[in-house]
Amino acid sequence: MYKIEAKNIHTFYGKTQVLKDISLAIRPNTVTAFIGPSGCGKSTLLRCFNRMNDLTENFRLDGLITIDGRDIYSPKIDVTLHRKKVGMVFQEPNPFPKSIFENVAYGLKVNGLRHKKFLAETVERSLRQAALWDEVKDDLSKPAMELSGGQQQRLCIARALAVEPSVILMDEPASALDPISTAKIEELIYELKKKYTILIVTHNMQQAARVSDKTAFFYMGELIEYDDTSRIFTNPKSQQTQNYITGRFG
Amino acid sequence: MNKQRTHQRKDTAFRYLALACTGLGLLVLALLLYDIFARGSGRLSWDFITHLPSRFPEKAGILTALAGMVSVMVLTMIFAFPVGIATGIYLEEYGTRNRFARILEINIANLAGVPSIIYGILGLEIFVRFCRLGNSILAGALTLALLILPVIVVSTREAIRAVPRSFREGSLAMGATQWQTIWNVVLPSAFGGIITGLILAISRAIGETAPLIVVGALVYVPFIPEGPLDQFTVLPVQIFNWISRPQAGFATNAAAAIIVLLTFTFVLNGIAVYLRHKWYKKVKH
Repeated sequence: MYKIEAKNIHTFYGKTQVLKDISLAIRPNTVTAFIGPSGCGKSTLLRCFNRMNDLTENFRLDGLITIDGRDIYSPKIDVTLHRKKVGMVFQEPNPFPKSIFENVAYGLKVNGLRHKKFLAETVERSLRQAALWDEVKDDLSKPAMELSGGQQQRLCIARALAVEPSVILMDEPASALDPISTAKIEELIYELKKKYTILIVTHNMQQAARVSDKTAFFYMGELIEYDDTSRIFTNPKSQQTQNYITGRFG
Repeated sequence: MNKQRTHQRKDTAFRYLALACTGLGLLVLALLLYDIFARGSGRLSWDFITHLPSRFPEKAGILTALAGMVSVMVLTMIFAFPVGIATGIYLEEYGTRNRFARILEINIANLAGVPSIIYGILGLEIFVRFCRLGNSILAGALTLALLILPVIVVSTREAIRAVPRSFREGSLAMGATQWQTIWNVVLPSAFGGIITGLILAISRAIGETAPLIVVGALVYVPFIPEGPLDQFTVLPVQIFNWISRPQAGFATNAAAAIIVLLTFTFVLNGIAVYLRHKWYKKVKH
């Protein structure tokens, strides 16, 4: 049974076609890495799954994307409700200019959950899951902006986890971080896949090899190859994939 | 080597030129302030502020003008602030996608540059005559509200635009609605900028004379206004009137009243600068 299925996805910004006939299926509790040179459409595809592209003017999508068997572009889907089920972590850590607690509680509060004890419990659980609790538990009222970049990114992960999504999208989550913070995020991804289905866009080949079960290689808006990560990195079918992962272009 | 030296010389020359220009502006301002204070500070007293107007310069005070000014400003804020902020939010967050909004945008920017006397004439026609408000505080406040609306709209939009896109995306990706995103994330981050715009707008309104004269602010009001439909005068109109009197005593009064008016403006601008500094530090960390 697949968690996420994309069938014949074509996307356009105005008249420019970005993705061409993408089809892939993702099993639950796996990490799938999207790799490829800049502008290949991997981020665009990632943003299709929580419909963030809806915010872009003139964006159009053809094809079918289902999560848990449900067509997420169906007119019956409530977009805000859908986005609660599909969390997202962005390239730059983007905590709100609020306290640590308020950041993590944000998703709950906008959903009308205001019970104090429940909020406190959820905030703690989410921060623990994001491996940040021990570093911040003494002062949750501290402004999130005063945390280090790596801590901010884990805070953003905690924030996404608080609303209990089943899928987490990560758009180059470690590209703005130092190596130690990156290692922490990678460990975290490994832990999180026990509960969540994770899709991660990355420019870092070693990272893709380390954290993911499956890897999809994109080039010029097309899905060139999609297979087990071990296969992609040791014995890719396509010459283009081979060239990219060995650093001959991109 | 030679070229390098020419470049450096030009650089130095430009720096001194810029310094001289800045100095000139400051010098003129200093002279102006000195002149006003030299003439008016002797006349400043508690009596001057609490006395009603009089035809004898040494008995005349600015109480009615102050009361009128405060009433007009409070009403102006009530009318202009919510409408201006809401318009700014609409244009920046909702309305960027259609032609109508673009046309609106250009026109609002133009409106901010329309001479204030034109607003006075508009106010006279619409509020004083058509709405039959007469030369009342309400008519004056509505006119000033129109005058500062474009300023508020433009500054609100700029403040909102300065909020990083990533904040919005972060909030929307959590399943917040657009309004929740605006209310919880965008507005708090833009608050400093918006407040700054509001204060600058109101400090502009305080100094306006022309539109209020057209709308019918009286030069002599012997009583404190009690309701929004009462007649009124404001400080700049009072100053204008005193300056046009032949007696020397009134010129001194005018100078003293200018000091009071300047104090209001400086305090408001000071608050604006303080808030801007405080909020930018908070958001930009």
